[in-house]
Amino acid sequence: MTSQKFDVVVIGSGPGGYVTAIRAAQLGYKTAIIEKEALGGVCLNWGCIPTKALLRSAEVYTQMQHAANYGLTAQTGFDLSAIVKRSRDIAAQMSKGISFLMKKHKITVVEGFATLTPGKPAPRVHVSNVTYEAKHVILASGARARTIPQAGLAPDGKYIWTAKEAMIPEDLPGKLLVIGSGAIGMEFASFYDAFGTDVTVVEMVDRILPAEDAEVSAFAQKAFKKRGMKILTGTQVKSVKPGATNIAAVLKSSTGEVSETFDRIILAIGIVGNVENMGLETLGVKIDRNHIDVDNYSFTGVPGLYAIGDVTTPPWLAHKASHEGIICIEKIAGLNPHPLDANAIPGCTYCHPQIASVGYTEAEAKSAGHDIRVGKFPFIGNGKAVALGEADGLIKTVFDKKTGELLGAHMIGAEVTELIQGYTIARQLETTEAELIETVFPHPTLSEMMHEAVLAAYDRALHI
Amino acid sequence: MPIEILMPALSPTMEEGTLSKWLISEGDIVSSGDVLAEIETDKATMEIEAVEEGKLAKILIPEGTEGVMVNAPIAILLEDDEDDSVLTNYKSGSALTPPNSQEAKQSKSETVAPLTTPEKVQENNGDRIKVSPLAKRLAAEAGLDLTTVSGTGPQGRIVKADIVKAKLSGPATTEEPSGLVREPRERQALDTREVGMPLGGGADYLTKLGVEPGSYDLLPMNNIQKVVAKRLLDSHINVPDFPLVVDCEIDKLLAMRKELNGQTPEGIRISVNDMLIRACALALKHVPEANASYTPDGIAIHKNADVAVAVAIEGGLITPIVRQAQNKGLSTISAEMDDLIIRAKDRKLKPLEFQGGTFSMSNLGMMGIREFGSIINEPHGMILSVGAGTPRAVVKDGALAVATLMTVSLTCDHRVVDGALGAKWLQHFKRYVEQPITMML
Ligand SMILES: Cc1cc2nc3c(=O)[nH]c(=O)nc-3n(C[C@H](O)[C@H](O)[C@H](O)COP(=O)(O)OP(=O)(O)OC[C@H]3O[C@@H](n4cnc5c(N)ncnc54)[C@H](O)[C@@H]3O)c2cc1C
Repeated sequence: MTSQKFDVVVIGSGPGGYVTAIRAAQLGYKTAIIEKEALGGVCLNWGCIPTKALLRSAEVYTQMQHAANYGLTAQTGFDLSAIVKRSRDIAAQMSKGISFLMKKHKITVVEGFATLTPGKPAPRVHVSNVTYEAKHVILASGARARTIPQAGLAPDGKYIWTAKEAMIPEDLPGKLLVIGSGAIGMEFASFYDAFGTDVTVVEMVDRILPAEDAEVSAFAQKAFKKRGMKILTGTQVKSVKPGATNIAAVLKSSTGEVSETFDRIILAIGIVGNVENMGLETLGVKIDRNHIDVDNYSFTGVPGLYAIGDVTTPPWLAHKASHEGIICIEKIAGLNPHPLDANAIPGCTYCHPQIASVGYTEAEAKSAGHDIRVGKFPFIGNGKAVALGEADGLIKTVFDKKTGELLGAHMIGAEVTELIQGYTIARQLETTEAELIETVFPHPTLSEMMHEAVLAAYDRALHI
Repeated sequence: MPIEILMPALSPTMEEGTLSKWLISEGDIVSSGDVLAEIETDKATMEIEAVEEGKLAKILIPEGTEGVMVNAPIAILLEDDEDDSVLTNYKSGSALTPPNSQEAKQSKSETVAPLTTPEKVQENNGDRIKVSPLAKRLAAEAGLDLTTVSGTGPQGRIVKADIVKAKLSGPATTEEPSGLVREPRERQALDTREVGMPLGGGADYLTKLGVEPGSYDLLPMNNIQKVVAKRLLDSHINVPDFPLVVDCEIDKLLAMRKELNGQTPEGIRISVNDMLIRACALALKHVPEANASYTPDGIAIHKNADVAVAVAIEGGLITPIVRQAQNKGLSTISAEMDDLIIRAKDRKLKPLEFQGGTFSMSNLGMMGIREFGSIINEPHGMILSVGAGTPRAVVKDGALAVATLMTVSLTCDHRVVDGALGAKWLQHFKRYVEQPITMML
């Protein structure tokens, strides 16, 4: 049995873990990172990046199908295996990039599954028969798709997929059921729909993308229905029954139960943290429904042990994991970082149309006791959107009536995932409507709609 | 990649030092822990130890160089598998520009080179207060004086949370660690879940100084007291001041006051103080160079005589301002002062009415003080301390006589008002006071 000493040991190399390791190295800490699979975690290998690659193929394909709208002719067609290969190649390329970054920052990369035992000043970390002693251990073990085996809702190697299997299809399902209408569910629904699959989405609550502003949800629902998707809200999958060539699902809603058969089912019903088999129970780590309880600076309560990213509290997003990790290590180094404000974290969904938001929804702002002003601007009023052939969409702002604080911004339509950062910066700098109104936006751009949506909140919109 | 060895900081405040001696030469192989060089500051000498291993390929800063900036590269180390050829195109940062301190990896402690905390208490440089637009608006709504709020945003920027906190807790605290460098703090036990709370400050202040706990009552300070304390301390530390003292004969002034008060309209009663305010204003108009403020960018010569008058109020001191006093007659000054004093005592003054000004005057004559000195009220260049007018023996035309004398001390900021200038101003002031008829011209 050998042992090695570090200042900081990070477990898991997703966007939480690897970014934290880099920041730790920048701060002068001797750092190691432990990963049981590929560097980059879910995000790079089985999440954000490969799905965006798939969705790009879908987007280009859709554009090709509408070439005539632009006065062009194009022969359309696709090769699913080549689409998947492109996505896998991009994931592999990014993962290799992480390996380079680790080397550049002189971070020791350890392959294997890490377990923990009590120790001082921090728990000891074990991989195979090597022990790693560190002053600070940061757990970034991430999460995996939630399944409900009792109801048959778990990958069966055949009909039922989680995101991971859905990312590497061998052939296109004719008829697909997506369970859950959050970001992951809607992205896959959008991808498969683009290539001609007959897609049904079921959602337990009364609207899709339940985390978004109700108006954006409604807008999205309409857009998806227009594309030919079947959307069943207020509906639950009660049970599934695999057959010889397809799988039957019993869908229950207030109007009763119906059974329908599908070729494939994608489970997008949330995630569960990776908290098992690492010895966390023995250390006394507080775990609430598979996610670790931490304080504002990611401290678990066990001396020397911190947890960040998907294994902790929501929102479960890559940029949240990274940011949380940076705050955690800077706090350890005695710097004075500000704790993460969950409300300041933007969220994006890359389906078609795209959806992006930051801060309070209209309903949340009201229930938080704000007297509000709301501004809206439709894509149809924006020259650039019309020129792009993307005249479907909406930008909405929510301001506090009294103080002019930008409480939230909600967008649906082309490229909004690239636009939301403008409002995020505005919020971070605490600009009020006055500064936003004074800001000059370039013409013609989609960003002008962000200006108009602010003006609209003060009854001053120009182009509508 | 070649490794740069950086000039370490021997203390948190060290900015530069002397590289006194190299203990190894180019081409030597070093391993971690080897002593590479000696550096010194005016306070200490210390050895630099290697943290990385490799070959010392190049010495960038020769022995005996003074004024080497902290974090400047001083030598280059090559790792085992590298040869000197990588140095041909190697460009290193200049020794004169300090690179980002967070890149400093070459420090003796195995953790971190000292890092400045990103949060600094609001520095009032050039009167610019860093504040977010939203915080500014919230403060205005709450009637909060931004100079009393300490910012926790980047570079001490005041953000919404600070205003919310200030509103909840009443007076703002300025207990945030200042620009001082903090040692990395390790979090160990459960109780450190409270990380992030400001470190406790003054509770045992007196105990440390040998005063028994329980032998005194501790009164919390209100906002005004805090501001006054801070501003006076700043002034006391920053301003090189000196006093000039002169006696003024005020019999004529008292007589004129009596005469004027016999003729003024209902409700107006001109005080000695009102007359002194006018005398100050006229003297400032006469000697404009003395109506000055020191600024880092130059000496500001004010166009108006805005005279701030110290007024004692319950629990503190406030200095309402008679603006453009050089253009105001005695009855206007008198009416304005009456109003300012009443509202000052009710704490109803608007910030504009007591912030700024170009000159101050403090009068303790009514308390029987013969003479005293004051602390400069920045940004003012001078403050006049007025003592009691009392009958004293004087020699007039070679004979002993009795006159009412008032001793005044002028405290000057020597950066803007030197002895001769201060004396010149006092001469004019004295003339206005002693021949008050000239005040009426
Ligand atoms: C299909 C899909 C699409 C997504 N799209 C987006 C998106 O567009 N934008 C976005 O922000 N987020 C997206 N997410 C979410 C995002 O992937 C996660 O929020 C992010 O990966 C969380 O980062 P993390 O570092 O906490 O954990 P992870 O990325 O899950 O990394 C954890 C790593 O730890 C390793 N590990 C776990 N336990 C151990 C152990 N004991 N020893 C060693 N290694 C261990 C795992 O192998 C894994 O590599 C998506 C997720 C999915 C599934």
